Amino acid sequence: MSDSLPHAPPLLTARGLSFARNDAPVFGPLDFAVDAGEALLIRGDNGAGKTTLLRVLAGLLRPETGRIEIDGRHTDAPARTRALAYLGHLPALKADLAAIENLDFLCGLHGRRRGQSADAAMRIVGLDGYQDALARQLSAGQKKRLSLARIWLSPAPVWLLDEPYANLDLDGIDLVNRMVQAHLREGGAALVTTHGAYAAPPVRTRELVLRRLS
Amino acid sequence: MNTASERSPRMRIAGAAPSLLHTARALLVRDLRLLWRRRGDALQPALFALIVVVLFALALGNDPVLQAKVAAGVLWVAALLAGLLALDTLFRGDAEDGSLEQWMLAPVPLAWLVAVRTFMHWATTAWPLLLATPFLAELMHLPRAQLPVLMIGLALGTPLLSLIGAVIAALTVGMRRSGILVGLLALPLYVPVLVFGAGSVVASAQGLDPVGPLLLLGAGLVVAMVLAPLTAAAAIRIAAN
Repeated sequence: MSDSLPHAPPLLTARGLSFARNDAPVFGPLDFAVDAGEALLIRGDNGAGKTTLLRVLAGLLRPETGRIEIDGRHTDAPARTRALAYLGHLPALKADLAAIENLDFLCGLHGRRRGQSADAAMRIVGLDGYQDALARQLSAGQKKRLSLARIWLSPAPVWLLDEPYANLDLDGIDLVNRMVQAHLREGGAALVTTHGAYAAPPVRTRELVLRRLS
Repeated sequence: MNTASERSPRMRIAGAAPSLLHTARALLVRDLRLLWRRRGDALQPALFALIVVVLFALALGNDPVLQAKVAAGVLWVAALLAGLLALDTLFRGDAEDGSLEQWMLAPVPLAWLVAVRTFMHWATTAWPLLLATPFLAELMHLPRAQLPVLMIGLALGTPLLSLIGAVIAALTVGMRRSGILVGLLALPLYVPVLVFGAGSVVASAQGLDPVGPLLLLGAGLVVAMVLAPLTAAAAIRIAAN
């Protein structure tokens, strides 16, 4: 219902955002906005700066120029942490901990979405029965699913998903799409990078195409 | 850390944001579990210190006077090296598997998580050693009157060593092979701690007041407790770039 508010600011806005590594521009300046209930599909070739863009948005990298707004308000990196959940290339799983222990720790670190439990999240991502399996025993696809469970449990409204489809089987790809769809229905937003070979989630989608800067 | 977004009416997916204590407990539980899973590795620093002291006791032969003279120095060096041995594991594992990224993205200050992690490093390397110190001191024929001075010195000095070590580990976390660099960076920073720590026992052996060096260690600890986590957190953020 609050979605119908007139002139509500977008959930996430980038204004004149650019990033340079050793004075060599990587992307930008970019201007875009993502509304609640909307997904932004970030497409581009390898090396086009998709991952870098997400890392800048997450606050892991400092932008060269530009500003990032959450709900229309300018934010610095620490202030953004509550609004963003980041799925990167590294799974952030401890090999010697059980799957559920990993999830418990990451929930302790980032908080937990109201009414969700780690057990339920593992069921949703199709890892039921693997709760006590050590992370080292999981396959790459299962680790990805475990990371998706962490994202699902996060209370953050904006998901930053870097190549969420990598390593997943067809059922897993469908899982990502269903998760994004459910998240958007609840008023969240998602930024998804992909190099383009996968089906996009069936939701309101904007597209951002990055090209390699010479 | 009060974000405007929290109060926004549009954020319907709200959940409980973790408090400082919540995150600290989560990190401590995780580290204790990891410690238990790799309890062989975890014992290594304490075992190493034990070996150093026993070897010294054997090498110096049956000469109680000589042993008593060097006892404090040997125990201090053993504690210092044991901490140094475990330094590389402080952040490296978490950097390699991406955990540090998630630390940086947690809604609590990175310096706080670094402080908790450093506390764990100190607890796991220094506590077993502190417990063993009375026995090792006996082995080295340290006069019993000097044992309290040695214990207080180690109790103040080992957390200081861990905090300095955390800064060094954070500075080198972005490098693949950092063994030599860690040693080179640690040496000048560890020397004052060693000098005041071992010096307090020597002063007490000569009938002087050992409080001065101990107070300096305490002052150093207070400064390091404030500055070291902030410095280490800044270093980790730079390494992430």
